[in-house]
Amino acid sequence: MNVPRPDRPKVFQPQMPASWWLKHPKYFLFMLRELSSVFIAIFLVVFLVQIAQLPRGQEAYIAFVQKFNAPGWIIFHIVALLFALYHSVTWFEAASKILVIRRGERRVPPQVVTAIGFGAWGALSLVVLLLFLFLRS
Amino acid sequence: MNEPTVTLQVTRYHPEHDEAPRPQLYSVPYREDWVVLDALNYIKDQIDGTLTYRWSCRMGVCGSCGMMVNGVPRLTCAAFLREYYPQEIRVEPLTNFPIIRDLVIDMDDFMQKLRSVKPWIIREGDRPLEEGEYRQSPAELEYYKQYSMCINCMLCYAACPVYGLEPEFLGPAAIALAQRYNLDSRDQGQAQRGPVIASHEGIWECTFVGECSVVCPKNVDPAAAIQQAKVTTTNAWFKSLLLPWGKR
Amino acid sequence: MSTKRMMEPFWWALFGAGGTVAALLVPIHLVLHSIATPLGWVSANTSLFGHPLVKLYLFGLISLPLYHWAHRFRYTLYDLGVKGMRQPIAVLCYGTAVVGTLATLWILLRV
Repeated sequence: MNVPRPDRPKVFQPQMPASWWLKHPKYFLFMLRELSSVFIAIFLVVFLVQIAQLPRGQEAYIAFVQKFNAPGWIIFHIVALLFALYHSVTWFEAASKILVIRRGERRVPPQVVTAIGFGAWGALSLVVLLLFLFLRS
Repeated sequence: MNEPTVTLQVTRYHPEHDEAPRPQLYSVPYREDWVVLDALNYIKDQIDGTLTYRWSCRMGVCGSCGMMVNGVPRLTCAAFLREYYPQEIRVEPLTNFPIIRDLVIDMDDFMQKLRSVKPWIIREGDRPLEEGEYRQSPAELEYYKQYSMCINCMLCYAACPVYGLEPEFLGPAAIALAQRYNLDSRDQGQAQRGPVIASHEGIWECTFVGECSVVCPKNVDPAAAIQQAKVTTTNAWFKSLLLPWGKR
Repeated sequence: MSTKRMMEPFWWALFGAGGTVAALLVPIHLVLHSIATPLGWVSANTSLFGHPLVKLYLFGLISLPLYHWAHRFRYTLYDLGVKGMRQPIAVLCYGTAVVGTLATLWILLRV
C-alpha cells in the first residue's frame, strides 16, 4: 500500500490515537449513537427476563416488575430511553440518505422520507400505548 | 500605518533535518477578502520561501489545496481569514495521510484506490459511430450527477475516522466515484467494480459516521453513495441466494 | 466468481431490520414496561402476552434489535482500535445475538 519511495526517504506517518472520538464533538456524538445500541439491547434483555416470569403466574410477574422501581433501575431506564430516542432520531435521518425512492422521474425528497419515519414512529407508539392501556381482560 | 494582522500556526516538516513535524508561527496581514491560501502565499512570498504546499486554481475546483484549518479539513482557497480572525489560525496537513514535507501529504494510496474502482465508462463493446451518440435523459443524468462533482480533494479521507484506523479502507471518494459510474446509464461495468467496492475493505468498513459528506466542498455526499451501495449489494446478495437461477 | 459467499450483506440486512424495529418501537415499550409500570403510573397488562400474534410481535421486537446491537458493537470495537481480533469479535457479537434469539424463542414459547 505505501511502497518505499527512494525520493521520499522520511515520510512522516502520523498515528491515530485510540481517543480519536474525543477530539471532535461530531465524533463524540457518533460514538454516543453507536453506544445507544447497547442500552437498547440491555432494556430488551430486561424486558425478556420480566416476560420469563409469566409462567410463574401473574402475581409473580407483577412482583418481579415492581423490583424495577428501585432508583438505580429507574435512572438506568431513563438514560436508556434518552439513548433510544437518540437512536430513533438519527436512524430516520440516516434512512433519508439510504432510501432512494423514485416516483417516475422525480426522487422523493429526503426530508419526506425522514418525516414518514417520524410519522410512523409516532403512529405506532400511539397504537402500542392504546393497546396496552385498553386491551385488557 | 498599522495594518491589522492575524497569526497563523503552520506545520513545518523538512525531513532532511526534522525528526517530526513542528508548528511555526507567522504574522500575516489581515484582509477581509483573503483566504487562508492567500495567507500561505504571503508567507511564502514575503516571509519564508521554504514553506511547501499544494495549490492551483484558488477557486475550489481543482482540489489541490486541502489542509486542516483549526482541525477541520478545508480547501484553503475557500476558508476565509475573517471566519477565524482575530483568533490564531492553525494550518496543518490533511489528517490520516503520511506527510512528505510541510503541508504536502502523500496521496499515492488514494490514487491507487481510485484506479482500483475503474472510474471510467466501461462498455462490453463500443458502439460503432454509425449508431450515433449515447443518449441520456435528464432523469438518467440525475441518478449519478451529484457523485460526478468530486474534485478528488481528499477532505473526506481526512474527516473519516475509519480511514485513519484502517488504512486499507477504500474510502469515501473512491466509493462515491465507483457509484458515479455504476449509476451511469452508459456504463456496463458494475460487475467489474462490484468485487472491489463490496469487499471487506470497501463499503462494509464504513460505519456511517457521515463526516465525509459534512466536509465535502462540492456536496457530493459520499456517505449516501456508500450506504446506497450497501443496499444494492445486499439486494443482489439476497437475490442470488433466493433466486440462484436468475440472470447474473 | 468467489466460491465463498461473503456474509456481510446478511448481517447488515439484520442490522437494518433490527435498527428499524428499535427506532419505531423500543421507546414506547421502554416507557411502558420499565418506567410507567414500575413507578405505578399504569398497571401491568399481562392479558395480551399469551396470544400467538403478540408472541410473534414480541419475538421480532426483542430478537431483531439484538442483531442491530451485534453489528454496531462489532464495528464500534473496530473503531476503538481493537486490531488483530476481528474474527473472534465478529463471532462473539453475532453469536451472542443468536443465543439471545434462541433464548427469546424458548421463553416466549413457555409463556
